[in-house]
Amino acid sequence: MESKLNLNWDIVDKARQSAKNIAKDTQEFIDIHTTVTVERTVCRLLGIDGVDEVGVPIPNIVVDNIKNGNGLALGASMFIGNAIIETGLLPQEIAERVAKGEIDLTKLPMNDEFEIKMAVDKVAKAMISKITENRGKREAYLERFGDKSGPYLYAIVATGNIYEDITQAKAAAKQGADVIAVIRTTGQSLLDYVPYGATTEGFGGTVASQENFRLMREALDEVGEELGRYIRLCNYCSGLCMPEIAAMGAIERLDVMLNDALYGILFRDINMQRTIVDQYFSRIINGFAGVIINTGEDNYLTTSDAVEEAHTVLASQFINEQFALVAGIPEEQMGLGHAFEISPDVENGFLYELAQAQMAREIFPRAPLKYMPPTKFMTGDIFKGQVQDALFNMVTIMTGQKLHLLGMLTEAIHTPFMSDRALAIDNAQYIFRTMKDLGSEITFKKGGIMETRVDEVLNKAADLIGEIEKEGLFSTLQQGKFAGIKRPLNGGKGLAGVVEKEKAYFNPFVALMLGGTK
Amino acid sequence: MSEGQYSLEVKDYDKSLDLTKLKPYGDTMNDGKVQVSFTLPVEDNERGVEAALQLAKSMGLKDPNCAHHRALDSEFSFYVVYGSLVHCVNYEEVHVQTVEGEVMNMKQIGEYIKENIKREVVIIGASTGTDAHTVGIDAVMNMKGFAGHYGLERYPMIEALNLGSQVENEEFIKKAIELKADVLLVSQTVTQKDIHIQNLTNLVELLEAEGIRDKVVLICGGPRITHELAKELGYDAGFGPGKFADDVASFAITEMVERGLV
Repeated sequence: MESKLNLNWDIVDKARQSAKNIAKDTQEFIDIHTTVTVERTVCRLLGIDGVDEVGVPIPNIVVDNIKNGNGLALGASMFIGNAIIETGLLPQEIAERVAKGEIDLTKLPMNDEFEIKMAVDKVAKAMISKITENRGKREAYLERFGDKSGPYLYAIVATGNIYEDITQAKAAAKQGADVIAVIRTTGQSLLDYVPYGATTEGFGGTVASQENFRLMREALDEVGEELGRYIRLCNYCSGLCMPEIAAMGAIERLDVMLNDALYGILFRDINMQRTIVDQYFSRIINGFAGVIINTGEDNYLTTSDAVEEAHTVLASQFINEQFALVAGIPEEQMGLGHAFEISPDVENGFLYELAQAQMAREIFPRAPLKYMPPTKFMTGDIFKGQVQDALFNMVTIMTGQKLHLLGMLTEAIHTPFMSDRALAIDNAQYIFRTMKDLGSEITFKKGGIMETRVDEVLNKAADLIGEIEKEGLFSTLQQGKFAGIKRPLNGGKGLAGVVEKEKAYFNPFVALMLGGTK
Repeated sequence: MSEGQYSLEVKDYDKSLDLTKLKPYGDTMNDGKVQVSFTLPVEDNERGVEAALQLAKSMGLKDPNCAHHRALDSEFSFYVVYGSLVHCVNYEEVHVQTVEGEVMNMKQIGEYIKENIKREVVIIGASTGTDAHTVGIDAVMNMKGFAGHYGLERYPMIEALNLGSQVENEEFIKKAIELKADVLLVSQTVTQKDIHIQNLTNLVELLEAEGIRDKVVLICGGPRITHELAKELGYDAGFGPGKFADDVASFAITEMVERGLV
């Protein structure tokens, strides 16, 4: 591929190879561990859902039952499969009895392992068909309406009330939004369970629950039919319930999912061992369901300096790419993240942004890159904010970014008003139209500011990845190499939910989804 | 992955739509959210911000939030303020006066004139008084028109004359008499301190003094003109933004026929 920035492809290849080794090395740890949320995900995929009379999710009750009986290392599949044989009931019926205290899963007489696997496989395959069907539905919509070739306009709703979110989302879709992301309520990433049912109370966002997913999906399909466009739905499968939310998203046909262990470690202080294991299974599900994942590199630049730390973004993108490939996610579903976060006071800051965005485009040519708008230097001066967002829009259209998060002129003031979103969409559409082919019309100066800039960023990124390769990912995170944040191996939230697998452990979905009909 | 970085205010008010108590909408029904921005002729400091907030409260903004403030000069400061409007309007009782009647296209207008007036209609227009801006009158009168609507000069059965800008009212009337104009169009674009109101009123008075007010169709237009204001000032109609030659001509010729000015 010809580079407009004269990129050194040898360095790119070297960095990619190092990232591959890092992923491989980390995978050895992942392969021998499971977590409570991975097992709850298996329960959900086997059809277990609902809450008990005090509101505790039944998948939690089932996994706690297994954990208390010291059975977690064998996996939920083993005990549910066994219970199917013992009782002749469906997983949901078994789970309800566990919740009532009528069945203790680890105390049932154990059947032959092979037969257990057979029993579980039958149920698992039904879910695999359902998710495959959902993929087919999405593909049918895209076939019928066509898909957009330029950037997807990605808008956020965050009222706290799913029904008000729907009002906002429908208005945004009519104004031109292509992706609707429902921001989660404050602190949900730190809950070790997924709330249940439709919700109307949330702070700074709306609870991610399966029913809320379903309601929004239905509303977007409805407005999509009206507009003759497929409106994508995005939510957040990060935090302590990564794979469970991935499963819920696969079942309710979400299209885009924030999904990044590094983000959880650094910004939510989630234990690294826990979340790296969780991420693997969540990515397998997302990959299989045809969901585009979004990674959180953009956040590095909200805490550290966007000029100094640009290489950490690139390094993390390389690593995220490899972690995604291991989990069966094709490049076309890798929404690697980056952001327009250089201070407006930096001379030639726009050139750096343009150069870095072009660099990401060239290094990850097939990835639907997720590009985040300015947030850190948004001031409350909405008039200046509109100009900052305009510059950001220009970079997207000139460098072919795909998931274009709309910059809000009221960023740093409040959750977007309906009118804020409309102004943002107008701004982006205007710029995308008037500058549509500018990117393919211009070349950059040989040895100029932009070439020099990306050469520096690429080399620093390759050095950092080389170091991580030597020291291992966990040790690097302990030293604070990303976003300047140090996280201890045994610190953070959720470590208690990690267990080493026993030899007989099995999770039917890994093989079904990785080797499946993709 | 942003979660929880948005507004956390508790929303404890009635969230159902009541058209008798209509309020602005931010992201929740009845939240009343509005934004105002203004400059104060004082230094940019805490006292200035407090003054801005108090002004916002006087405007009827509950819980005002000064989202941005900056110095424009040592004694001038700029503010962006958000708040919840306490006022509401009874939408059920809101009535507006608009120009009634059907809008015809260029061809239909020509036919209507042939059939009902049976001669060419003379229309003259100008930006009168001190106003040097002709964008409005040009859009309505010039051949090319505006936004896909041809101007009156292109219309069959209409003799249109655009006198341009800064035409004094006396001059305008002289021309009207000389050309035996049926319709007078007055445009007022940029004005200061409501000078356009005085100027428009003055024209009506002069027309009455000359005794020709009831012999012409008198129309004004411009970004700050509403039909209601025009009627109040003694005009037959007023056209605001988004109105074109076909709107103006349709009104003018039907008015002529109705008033027997054929």
